[in-house]
Amino acid sequence: MLLGRVRGTAVCTLKYPGTEGLKLLVVQPLNKKLEPVGKLQVAADVVQAGVGDLCVMVRSREAALAMPDVKFVPIDLALVGIVDELDVRPEEDFDLSMKPGWNAYT
Amino acid sequence: MILGKVVGTVVTTISHRDYKNRRLLVVQPLAVADEAPGDDFIAIDSTQAGIGDTVLVNREGGGARQVLHNPDACIISVIVGIVDSVYIE
Repeated sequence: MLLGRVRGTAVCTLKYPGTEGLKLLVVQPLNKKLEPVGKLQVAADVVQAGVGDLCVMVRSREAALAMPDVKFVPIDLALVGIVDELDVRPEEDFDLSMKPGWNAYT
Repeated sequence: MILGKVVGTVVTTISHRDYKNRRLLVVQPLAVADEAPGDDFIAIDSTQAGIGDTVLVNREGGGARQVLHNPDACIISVIVGIVDSVYIE
């Protein structure tokens, strides 16, 4: 799962059966520092997000499982939550490298 | 599965029903010393992990659905363990 910011909406009239009525949003995937990762993508919305909202998204087969009715639909990115609060500690607080030998974490 | 460090928390009031009453954590994958760490991601917690904990994360939907006892869950990443130590040759 990943973070994303809603940048706009996409409207398409011709759709595959099962995807009618789904709201499509243009989103920018983000990392934990809210910096853009990759290019704009289109996500199906099930939480009624709006432009500017910071969201949690899910990719691949699980995006189709997030749909309300038909679960076997060609959807590969879905918005599943609207973020109210994001608390990320600075990278310097953590040792993210594993050294040869024993690395004790507790 | 991958090893990662919990570096943050996410709070969502409006969310998909599969995400209700579940903790969302920001996980940063670990890397060996001379390698750049991978991209961070969000995972559902099933182990009461907290910020600073080193965790084992399943990043595959089938395993996630089994762990969460929900055959239709739209969840990919699940924290399935808290790591005590890692040995690398």
